[in-house]
Amino acid sequence: MSLDKKLLVSASPHDHSKDTVTRIMLDVVIALVPSLIAATFLFGYRTLIVSAVSVGACVLVEYISRIVMKRHQTVGDLSAIVTGLLIAFNVPVSMPLWMVVLGDILAIVVVKQMFGGIGMNFVNPALAARIMLIASFPTEMGKWNAPFSWKTETITTASPLNAIKEIYRSGEITSESFDGLPSLLDMFLGKRAGSLGEVCAIALVIGLIYLLVRRVIKLTIPLAYVGSFAVIMFIAGGFNLTFLAYEILAGGLLLGAIFMATDYTTSPINFKGQIIFGIGCGVLTALIRLFGNLPEGVSFAIIIMNILVPHIENLTTPKPFGTVKEKKKKEAEAK
Amino acid sequence: MAEKKSLMKELTKGFLDENPVLRLVLGTCPTLAVSTSVESAIGMGLAASIVLICSNVVISALRKVIPSKVRIPAYIVVIASFVTIVQMLVKAFAPSLDEQLGVYLPLIVVNCIILGRAEAFAGKNSVLASAVDGVGMGVGFTIALFLMGFIREFFGTGTITISLINGGQPLWNSVFGENPILIFILAPGGFFVFGMLIMLANKIAEKKGKEKAQLHSCKACPMFATCTAQEKEECDR
Repeated sequence: MSLDKKLLVSASPHDHSKDTVTRIMLDVVIALVPSLIAATFLFGYRTLIVSAVSVGACVLVEYISRIVMKRHQTVGDLSAIVTGLLIAFNVPVSMPLWMVVLGDILAIVVVKQMFGGIGMNFVNPALAARIMLIASFPTEMGKWNAPFSWKTETITTASPLNAIKEIYRSGEITSESFDGLPSLLDMFLGKRAGSLGEVCAIALVIGLIYLLVRRVIKLTIPLAYVGSFAVIMFIAGGFNLTFLAYEILAGGLLLGAIFMATDYTTSPINFKGQIIFGIGCGVLTALIRLFGNLPEGVSFAIIIMNILVPHIENLTTPKPFGTVKEKKKKEAEAK
Repeated sequence: MAEKKSLMKELTKGFLDENPVLRLVLGTCPTLAVSTSVESAIGMGLAASIVLICSNVVISALRKVIPSKVRIPAYIVVIASFVTIVQMLVKAFAPSLDEQLGVYLPLIVVNCIILGRAEAFAGKNSVLASAVDGVGMGVGFTIALFLMGFIREFFGTGTITISLINGGQPLWNSVFGENPILIFILAPGGFFVFGMLIMLANKIAEKKGKEKAQLHSCKACPMFATCTAQEKEECDR
């Protein structure tokens, strides 16, 4: 390198990193692949069809809406693929495709592009789509296919979450209460009914480890989320470890904590804020699961905390070096 | 001639430029609550329009008699009288509509649009102009409610049903007949449709050469010229 290139004078930022949006989104997609493979294995080839349609629709809708809104094209940053995959992961395998596409359109057009595109969405687009789908099509969103039943004959079954709720509602939690449920190992490996991406805990954890190694996300939010949730569930379940384990593995808690709550746009920047955010998600999820009418509360909890993020940021903005807090300033002036 | 032209303007401004729901964002409570079906939307629109026209006329006629300090209670009394009349008529001749509208029918008394027009227009203008203003605003309100009701019923229930026509049978089955998108008749769907229609109305107004709606500016407000807040510098922009 010649000397004058080394002494190049330019405006900030001076330090460049290779972490572009595209690179980060690609990492998230890679982290989601184990779950996709697991879901295909468990629920059959229709998993791939649902995922492909969802991703395709998201990319297409993003492309078209950027053109219609006369803004520069951002479809290349792969964020639409992440949204599409997450929406597919949030629906059961038997979901009619046009409903999935409807969710994609809501997520990309209404939640993301109408608020200014990537980095501007006020809540997680995939979660907004999931909530819209639950509110609109409760029957289709509650049709759980039994794992491996695609090979022979499709059998629908109850989601473990409903059974757990029944157990909690019955008031007494004994070791026999869980007899009707898949074993804990099955729950961990994913041999149970549920949405596409949420069933296989081990695949989600592999995704988490990949994201941690690549430093795409930090452990703060998932840990604060699952931790606070576990504490409440441990107390609510009468200090029953089996109940706690079922609550953590069932439903979309891990999927939500790892891939949805950690969305950059809709989570706080500071460590302190992230802790508040994670605990808020955990407490709300636990409360909805324990006292709500719906069996699952992850999506609602994260969406509510998403909306509170600007306020959390306001509360946790660090004090710039050398400045005095407003309150102290006023006190000093009063003296 | 000039008088006639301005009357025409008073009539048409309520349709779009100063549409009470979509441009002034008044009366949002009944708008969101009763726009779940075309039937209740039109019923609400007509009931409110009748009250609006009558109260505008009476308030305008009494504008020199009513002391300005007690004008709001006086307006409310006038409006409440007409609401009572309309409510009794609806109860007598369209009981099913009365059931659908429920508490929102008597709540027309405190409808912002009616009170707003009384305060902003009828209390300052002649009887004829006030009547025309009432008609225009009433039509604008009904149009907005009809649009919302149509969109929400079409997607949310999959059919369009008006009980007075076709003997309660669905007039039209939409493509979503078997799997209606339920969220449209729930509250969030109402807010989304409302937002979309406001956006559309703003876009059309912008195309017609009106000020562009912006986040930190009052200039696009249809009431900007007559707004009292800017005189008192309450408006910080």
